[in-house]
Parts: sequence; C-alpha cells; structure tokens
Amino acid sequence: MISKLPASLILEGGNLYDPFSDTSVKANLLIHNGVIKQIGKVKPDKLAKVIDCTNKIITPGFIDIHAHFREPGREDKETLETGALAAMAGGFTTVCVMPNTDPPLDNPESIRYIIEKSADLPITIHPIGTITLGQKGEELAEIGEMVAAGAVAVSDDGLPVQNGQVFRYALEYAQKYNIPVINHAEDIPLRNDGVMNESAFSTRLGLPGNPDISESVMVFRDLELADYTGGRIHVPHVSTKRSVELIRRYKAKNIQVTAEVTPHHIGLTQEALREYDTHAKVAPPLRTKTDTEALIEGLLDGTIDCIATDHAPHTIEEKEMNFIHAPCGMIGLESAFALSHTVLRQAGASTEKVIQWLTSKPARIMNFPLNGIEENSPANLNIIDPEEEWEFKPEHIHSRSKNSPMLGMKFKGRIQQTISGKKSFKS
Amino acid sequence: MDKIKAKLSGKREVERSLIRLAHEIIEHNEDLDNIALIGIRTRGDHLARRLHKLIEELSGNTINLGTLDVTFYRDDFRTNLGSPKVGASNILFEVADKDIILIDDVLYTGRTIRAAMDEVFAYGRPATIQLGVLVDRGHRELPIRADYIGKNYPTSVNEHIHVHVEEEDNEDAVLLVEYKEKD
Amino acid sequence: MGALQNRHLIGLEHTPAEDIQKLIDTGFTFREVLERPIKKVPSLTGINVVNLFFENSTRTRISFELAEKRLSADVTNFSASSSSVAKGEGLKDTIQNIHAMKMDCVVMRHPVPGSCLQLSRFVDAVVVNAGDGTHEHPTQALLDMMSIQEKFGKIKGLNIAIVGDICHSRVALSNIHGLIKMGASVTLCGPPHLIPVGIEDLGVEVNHNIDEVIEWADALNILRIQRERMGIGIIPSVREYRDFFGITEERLRNHKKEIVIMHPGPMNRGVEIDSSIADGDQAIILDQVLNGVAVRMSILYLLLAQEEEGGH
Repeated sequence: MISKLPASLILEGGNLYDPFSDTSVKANLLIHNGVIKQIGKVKPDKLAKVIDCTNKIITPGFIDIHAHFREPGREDKETLETGALAAMAGGFTTVCVMPNTDPPLDNPESIRYIIEKSADLPITIHPIGTITLGQKGEELAEIGEMVAAGAVAVSDDGLPVQNGQVFRYALEYAQKYNIPVINHAEDIPLRNDGVMNESAFSTRLGLPGNPDISESVMVFRDLELADYTGGRIHVPHVSTKRSVELIRRYKAKNIQVTAEVTPHHIGLTQEALREYDTHAKVAPPLRTKTDTEALIEGLLDGTIDCIATDHAPHTIEEKEMNFIHAPCGMIGLESAFALSHTVLRQAGASTEKVIQWLTSKPARIMNFPLNGIEENSPANLNIIDPEEEWEFKPEHIHSRSKNSPMLGMKFKGRIQQTISGKKSFKS
Repeated sequence: MDKIKAKLSGKREVERSLIRLAHEIIEHNEDLDNIALIGIRTRGDHLARRLHKLIEELSGNTINLGTLDVTFYRDDFRTNLGSPKVGASNILFEVADKDIILIDDVLYTGRTIRAAMDEVFAYGRPATIQLGVLVDRGHRELPIRADYIGKNYPTSVNEHIHVHVEEEDNEDAVLLVEYKEKD
Repeated sequence: MGALQNRHLIGLEHTPAEDIQKLIDTGFTFREVLERPIKKVPSLTGINVVNLFFENSTRTRISFELAEKRLSADVTNFSASSSSVAKGEGLKDTIQNIHAMKMDCVVMRHPVPGSCLQLSRFVDAVVVNAGDGTHEHPTQALLDMMSIQEKFGKIKGLNIAIVGDICHSRVALSNIHGLIKMGASVTLCGPPHLIPVGIEDLGVEVNHNIDEVIEWADALNILRIQRERMGIGIIPSVREYRDFFGITEERLRNHKKEIVIMHPGPMNRGVEIDSSIADGDQAIILDQVLNGVAVRMSILYLLLAQEEEGGH
C-alpha cells in the first residue's frame, strides 16, 4: 500500500541500474526527505530505516507515455488520483495522459487543469493535448499554447486523423514545438464494424473482424507524410507484423519515427477471446502469435522504441455489456512490468533491457531529462526482484476500474517497492 | 449387477400363456372386427404381434395392430426417463370408437399403462380400452387392473420381473431378478 | 448426465457427432407425433420455457413456440427491442430476471455473437441458441441436416453446397460445423468478398463458379441475399447477383441432374432463387419448416431429459 516515506531511508546491497548509460553498480543508497543524498558507501544511521536490497535491482521509476486517467468527465472510471495510485503500484512515477477526456484536452486551460490538479500527487503527470479541436480531425487545436502550458505531445487518441491534409498540417506545424505527433493508426472504413482481429478465429467466433491492414495502411500513410514533411511521428500501440515491417523500413531511411508496443500486444493473442471475454476487447485488437513474435522482434532490434501501457479503465457495467457493444480497452499499469518482463525474458531480453523500454526509451521520445539515479535528485525509484514468481490477482489492482484480462496470469519478476518523492508503494 | 433369482417360465409356458390370452380376448369381444391390438414398446410390441397372429389364425378375422412408444407420455420425466432412444409410435388405423386392447409384458405400478391410455386418446376416442399383460407382479400405484393376465407372480419390492422375448433377447423367458442396492 | 453430452445447445462446433445424430433421429420420432390428430405429448408438463428474442424473427420464434406447446411446456415469450441491444442494455438484467422467475429453459435469439454462451454462464436454466448473430444457429442447421437425411437417407458422403452471402449469414457456420462432423463434403459458393476470412480452416472448399458447384452438389442450401446489402457497394445489383449466383430455372435446366434445393427462408424470390424452383419438385423447403418443429421438439426433449434407469 501507499505510505509516507521515512525521513531517512537506506537501500542496502542492491544493484543500481542506470538505463540511460546502461550501467550497473552495486551500491547503497541514502534517501533523506525524498531526495537521494548519497550513493555508494553509506554510513550506518540508527534513525534511518534500512531496506535489504540484496539481489534486487534498483532503477529509476518507470515512464508510461500512453495512459487514460479519464479526468475530467469520467471520474467513475478513473481520476488523476486513482490513476496515480495504479501507476505507483506498477512502478511508474511519470505518466503521460491522453486527451480523450470529456471535454477533451484541446486547449491550454485544460492542459493547465491537469497539471495543477496533479501537482500534489505522488507521481508526475504530463498531459498530451489533442491534434484537432474536439478530436474531430478537422481544425488544428492550439498546439503551441498547449505546449507552452505543459503538453508534451499531441494526439487525437483513439480517433485517427483520417484527413491526410489535416495530418500533414499537424506534422508540419508541430515541428516548431519539437513534440511528437501521435496518431492512432487505423483506417476506419477498413476496420468497418470489426471488434477483433480478422482471422479464421474471428470467423469461427462469428465476430466481425478488423484486419491487420486497417492499421498498416494508416501507418504507411503516416510514415510517408513524416518522410515528406520531416515531421515527428510516434506510432502508438503497434499491433501487427505488417506495421513493424513498415516502421523498420522507414527507420532505415532515418526519418523521425518512434513507436511503442503495449504489454498486452506482446503478451496476449486473440485466443484470449475464446469465450468472448470483453476484458480482452481492445483497440487495436489482440492479434496472432505471428504478430506478437514480430512485435517482440521489433522491440529487440530497436524498430519499436518502448513499451507503453494504453491503460484504459472502464466500468464493470460497461464491460458487462455484450461483446459488440462493450467498450475497447483494458487497464495495464499494475501488470505492465511483470507481463512484459515475463514475455520478454522468455524471448531472450535481459531485465535491464526491459527496464530501458520502460524508462530511458520513452524519456527520449517525450524529451524528458535523461537522468539516472543521481545524488541530490528526487528519489524516483523501483526496487525490483527479477526472479519472484507471482500470480496477478484483484488485490493487486489499484485503478478505480478492474477491467484486466491478465487476472490469474502467472508472472516472473516483481516490483517490490516504488518510491516517488516522499511517497512509497510497497507490494 | 442384478442377480437372477429364478427363471419363472420358459418358451413353452410363454407360448401357452399367449394362446390362452388369445382365446380370452376372442371370447370377451363379440365384435372382433372392431378390436385393435396395440403393443407397448419394446417387449409389449413383440407380444402384441404374436397375439395378433394367434387371434387372426384362431378367429379368421383381420385384426388391426399398432405400436405405442409411451416415452413422451411418462410422468416420471426428469427423474426416471427410460432410454432417450425413443421409437415412433405407429398407429395407422382409426382409433375412434374401436375396442383398443393394450398389450404389455409386465404390469407393475400402472404408470406405463396410464401413459399409454393418454397417448391412445391423442389418436382419437376409443369405445373401450382393455389391457392384456403376460405377467402381473402387483405393487400398483394407480387404480389400474388387467383384463387378460398370463401369470400372476407376487413379488417383493426389491425384486423385479424381466420378460425376455426371442425377438429382442434370443429367448422367451420370465425371470425373477433381485436388484442390488445402488452405490 | 443428460441424454446429450452438453447441458446447453450453444452451437454445433462443440456438439459431438453422436449427439447430432441422436437429435436428428429423435426429430423423426417427433415427426410421427406431428402426424397424429392430437399433435401434442405431455413430456414437458410443468417445464417453464421462455423465448427470449432480442431480434425480430417471427419464423424461428413460432417454430420454437409450436415445439414447446406440443411438448406441453409452459411458454413465455419475451421480445426486447433491438434498440435496447444497441445501447448494450438487457443481458444482465435479463439474466437476473430469468434467475428470479425460475425458468427451466431459455431459448434466446440475440444479434450479438457469443451472447448465448455468456447467458449460459450465469443462469441455471438450460440455454438453447436460437441464433446469436453471425455466430451459430444450431437449430436451423439441425433441421437442415434432418431434411437432408430424410431426403437421402444419410448425410455422410453427400456433397452439399451453401450458396450466397456467407459473411453475413447466421446459418452458414452451424451448417458447416454440423455437415462436416456428419461426414458430408461442403463447398461454399458466393461473391468472393462475402466468403469469410479463413473459412477453409473449418474443412470446407470454396468455389465461386455456381455452375461448377451445381454440377458437383447433391443439394444446394441457398442463403437469403438481404436486399439492404444491395446498392451500398456490397452487391452491385439484383441483376448481377442473379446472373452469377442466382439459382434460376434456366441454370438448373442446363444441368441434367437431380439436385435438392434448400432454403432457410425467408426467400427473396427472383433474387437468389426463382419462384418456380422454390415451388418445384426439387425443393424441400416446406419439409424444412415441418422438420424445424420436429427437431426443436427433439432438442428441448433431449436437453430437458435426464437419463436414468427406468421402471415399468
């Protein structure tokens, strides 16, 4: 649970891992009033609380560049406060929230609202502004004003900018502010009424399919536009092999493209829908094993830059609807590290690499300071046991919503404790 | 396993009983043109066919013959449904105003006969319904009695009478069987 | 243990072949009951069945209702508007209502695939799927197969073609599962973009040439082409569909063989099938309707029966 950090805290015997320089060092750590005071040899202090970190990895807190905290408008699903708690429970001390609130974050006032409202929360929340007014895909929003107010990127979130001309303007215009433009890559008419990946399996379930090309066709357009305009495109939640291949090709041309993948798109396949579990209904849909393998390969070779959760809380009532009408999305903050770590370690990645995909890599995309664990900086840390095996249960969820298809899954690797400023979350 | 305690009758006795039943039916029914035999599946059906042949031979009349499967009419549905492998009933003559003679192998609680009578009415309104059985073993649960009885065999509750017919069981026999307690 | 392996009838994908055969055979027994002056048996006396229709389907509902009444069940009809489905309302409240009303059996028609499975998870009652969107419609497939068996005396080894808009059909999938399990060969024929992705995985062939398919098939199961799909870019025109996929008198005349014509109804005469073919000697469309009642009696009877040793 979350608690106040003791005034003096010593982390003893852990391996400090700095993902920015990719270096590990065995050292003790003294934290005083939420600030890292000393690294290396720390002299014993009777008043300090000591945490034994033998065989544990100590890393900077994780960064999630894609989450939905639903405030303002749908506080019944999540608030900035409950979202922050879920983030802490999952080791995230920095979270970028998407603008698909009600009303959407499409002006500097709403950006300031998020920043002010979250000022006292134990984690740092960065709002993402919309690309267009009201996420309508028609007129550009006040991108400059929003960036000045604190927006770190722009995106119309789940509503792709269908109009190529509007998106071209966005890519050209946003360059001035040096922020990534994030476009949910989906050709809406091609998606049609699809609610899961189009495949022999969707045919068997009788559910309308959403083909993988509905994503790659749009990824292709966006990459071409980025190439042509020189703009900075970020592809969120890549879900298909085709998209990975396109991004790889365009990265080779040195255009400004970055991409993220969610833990669920590498950890789950469409098989999770066998019994029409609405918790596994998500956009883009869970795909096939071929796709998850390509996504993992994309992470390993750098085609995909980082992991982001797409944490999307929905109420029980909404998820209890039938499969066609239940909303897309699943929560992910609490299980993100453990699921990713379990899957990626099996695929041959090191724990350190997984940490990079959750820290240094997303920081670069969002222009965040590239600081590791340094003396006199705020203590934003995770204590990780990479070997602990555990089962994901309802009591591990701290989000206001409980819509996770990961419940009951067995994971390897667990965040023992997360420290963010003066707060601590212990699992 | 159920244990066979005794063989009460063999081929000859069964044959003799059927001949006697045929005679009784002929004697009892003045207008033989108006009677119809209906056997209750499965073994009652075979007995009815044999009786039908005997009666036609003895009387020289042409007699109507039909088959009933009472499964759909049973009152012990849900708890005691026999085999769900039901066969179709087959009654190709007009039931209305006939003297119907139901034929079954064993008369026990009377519930099968109750079901059979109900089912007969689905085909029409007969003038009379009579009942002929090869064995009456007692323990009635309904006010039903047989008009023609091959043999009376008083039994205890955990005993059962199994009638075997050649068409189904490769022998004609009446067996006294003891039911073991169910596990 | 009931008479069948599964407690509910959700779909034929998970119904074993022996149960399909049992359902069809018992269906024929009920055909005999339907020939009687009084077409009613007391088998389901005291059993409460609710017909829960979230979608208009008069024909299926009437067929079920007849089957239930002829088995002497107590029948309740519940029709919900499609708009309540669109809002996503209904299922949970419905489930709780069924609980409270102590229903023994729920026959449900719902436009959303998977909803019958969902329902069966939460109610004590036996669930019969009367069509869940483009997923399964097992009772239709069973009546189709019963009609095939009636006509040919068997299903195994026959060549059956399903013709039309397979993608949007509610009856194709169950028919495919059932026919393949019973040993028939199945070919699908229709406009290429209306054949679902990966359908070959279910063991069927696809052939877009209707004349080749007619030459090959023992029976054609012709699906309804919904007029609302015409002229919105999916099917160019009635004329074109008729020319390339329609079962016309002229087309059949060119094939000198006897071929059985089936249609799950309701028909669009003059679109997917000529009136003269639908009313002709080759068609067993009305037998399908009669068998529909019989096989639904069989389904309800066998699902609601419990197999135990019987007495006299």
